[in-house]
Amino acid sequence: MGRKLLLEHINVPGINTFDVYRSKGGYASVEKALKTMSPEAVVEEVKKSGLRGRGGAGFPTGMKWSFLAKPEGVARYLVCNADESEPGTFKDRYLMTYIPHLLIEGMITSSFALGANTSFIYVRGEMMPQIRILEKAIAEAKAKGFLGKNILGSGYDLELYVQPGGGAYICGEETALLESLEGKRGNPRIKPPFPAIAGLYGCPTVVNNVESIAAVVPIINEGGDEYAKLGIGRSTGTKLISAGGNLKKPGVYEIDLGLPVEEFLYSDEYCGGIANGKRLKAVVAGGSSVPILPANLILKTINNEPRLMSYESLADGGFVTGTMMGSGGFIAYDEDACIVRNTWNFARFYHHESCGQCSPCREGTGWMEKVLHRLEYGHGKQSDMDLLVDISKKIEGNTICPLGDAAAWPVASAIRHFRDEFEWHVTNANEATTRNYGLAHYADPLPKLESVAG
Amino acid sequence: MKVTIDGIPVEVEPGTSILNAARQIGGDIVPPAMCYYSKLEGSGGKCRTCLVKVSKGSEKDPRPMPKLVASCRTTVMDGMEVQNITSPEVIEARKGVVEMLLINHPLDCPVCDQAGECHLQDLGFEHGAAKTRYEFDRRTFEKIDIGDKIQLHMTRCILCYRCVFTADQITNTRLHGILNRGDHSEISTYISKAIDNDFSGNVIDVCPVGALTDKTFRFKNRVWFTKPVDAHRDCDKCCGKTTLWYKGEDVIRVTGRKDVYGEVEEFICNTCRFDKKKTADWVIEGPRKISHKSVISSNHYEFIPLPVVKTNPVLMEANKEQFERDTRL
Repeated sequence: MGRKLLLEHINVPGINTFDVYRSKGGYASVEKALKTMSPEAVVEEVKKSGLRGRGGAGFPTGMKWSFLAKPEGVARYLVCNADESEPGTFKDRYLMTYIPHLLIEGMITSSFALGANTSFIYVRGEMMPQIRILEKAIAEAKAKGFLGKNILGSGYDLELYVQPGGGAYICGEETALLESLEGKRGNPRIKPPFPAIAGLYGCPTVVNNVESIAAVVPIINEGGDEYAKLGIGRSTGTKLISAGGNLKKPGVYEIDLGLPVEEFLYSDEYCGGIANGKRLKAVVAGGSSVPILPANLILKTINNEPRLMSYESLADGGFVTGTMMGSGGFIAYDEDACIVRNTWNFARFYHHESCGQCSPCREGTGWMEKVLHRLEYGHGKQSDMDLLVDISKKIEGNTICPLGDAAAWPVASAIRHFRDEFEWHVTNANEATTRNYGLAHYADPLPKLESVAG
Repeated sequence: MKVTIDGIPVEVEPGTSILNAARQIGGDIVPPAMCYYSKLEGSGGKCRTCLVKVSKGSEKDPRPMPKLVASCRTTVMDGMEVQNITSPEVIEARKGVVEMLLINHPLDCPVCDQAGECHLQDLGFEHGAAKTRYEFDRRTFEKIDIGDKIQLHMTRCILCYRCVFTADQITNTRLHGILNRGDHSEISTYISKAIDNDFSGNVIDVCPVGALTDKTFRFKNRVWFTKPVDAHRDCDKCCGKTTLWYKGEDVIRVTGRKDVYGEVEEFICNTCRFDKKKTADWVIEGPRKISHKSVISSNHYEFIPLPVVKTNPVLMEANKEQFERDTRL
């Protein structure tokens, strides 16, 4: 059983209120940081912890913080990215709903480390209940003197605001989030300049995921070195995984990074296996944007080593046989799931959510969606698979923001690993609209698959 | 700062973009730009046709950039090496971008007023495939009148945002912007409100395609049958320096003076553009020089070698092949 850092007290009744949270040792990191540490020391601890951004890209948080420009007389901002809208990911919502003070505490400590006197939590517009919960928590913290002027007599001031988003997936991209926060249309900005130099209102800004900010709390409480002992290699600490799909026990789990995927999927402590006694067909390991893998490749890497839940092990094999940690949206598909339909569903999502600013993504996502729709409903052609791969290549890497890549990867990987299922949709068009292709060989032992996968 | 683009070195000011550095060299190595407009602050980076490969970041940090970059929004570093037409990767990506731009474009060039001076047409001719692989219905919109002189035909729009930036710069209030997102986004004067600004006609000049057209010129003529003549008049609102487009003795259109990249030298006011259509209103300066490569000059007159090649001996040497090709014609 792994150690819980974020969700340790999640089952305590009333943990969403200030008093209960405080009685369980909450806000200790704020006291420790503000009273005994300098901002630089806090940044140093986070650097030592090896914490990597939990929003998807996995960029080391401490390094991001140290890049923040600190010109004299210019305000700095910390913005918490709570615009969680990746299909399959729901960990941030869970955290904000049940233990909002953890996020507030993390925000105070992190803002202190960065020298920000105004910080924002940008929450997805659809999460209205969470916005109310956070605002209530902020009011409670303020009443107890943990927010506002001269926090705990340390002379440090912080105002924390919750900003509801307008309901666009693209506003989870950090520069689009900043545009939206400024009250403009949420179009991603062209980088450079990066937000660390010119972000919100042109001032240096750090944008961090909810979970990254919450993880600062145990890092400060226990020290960065202690935190770095958890996990494996460069993937340190614990990670929240939103397990969904055809699982016996879907939900949010906190795991030590480095847990074998097989254990996470099948042990009773976590997902408990596939629901209804079915067999596993495929897994999307980190939210809809990452490449999908068939059952045999998610449990073992191509070199026949067990695959672990860590940034490195999931990425083992690159784009050919690997995937990515992403935001931790773990979706499992059983043998009844149709990969073509699923790919179409993802493509439809990206088509709907593309901001329309740059041409490859605006036009390409719509094109892919239409071709996949045609395939799913039995009007496809054999040449469509090559066409889709070609379109995804034309989008990938040529766009302003990573949404183009995120739209291209699931399609490219689904065709790479499940090409015969796509072909079956063309050759057996009538059958494909009424029944699924089934498990086929996707769970077969690896060596047989090598030629297909490679 | 010294930059090398496709093997041709050039000295530029710090802060110049790769695209502008390439324009200082001139010729075939200039990346095409559909959305970048040097007179409009904040434009560029959206159409992705100007993607180039940076094979050497700078003298200090010689690592290549991992992805293709938009040359219009990437500033040069000392010692940077850029590949444009010499990189197959760039050509391939550009082909992809052109294909994407064309899949929802109606390709109604035969009835489009922009034909002949349309950048998308040039780009499609140069990089596009002869056939489309897109087999679905194209996106269509109703035509919208922006005031009584300008018509917006969103179906042809490639969402370069140039007109949005123009409207932002000429007006204090935001009356012109983008509605919706993705491939259903559309340019709109918010809830069809007309922009009655003296400079609103400039959105026609900045539009790289035929989405915004001059209603006083619509369907009057093809651009290659008209003769451009530089002229000026005393105008209390703008500089008054324009190009008149003659058909026989009649001025049938007035525009700003566009350079070889389709960018106007200075914005002109609506009075000059729409109301002064008699020769008597203007002081004629002489024929407008149009690149002999342009279809506009198909009926007429003189050839000039590329100006930069003529004046700069280093570039002349480096650009010899192109120079010979141009002078031969």
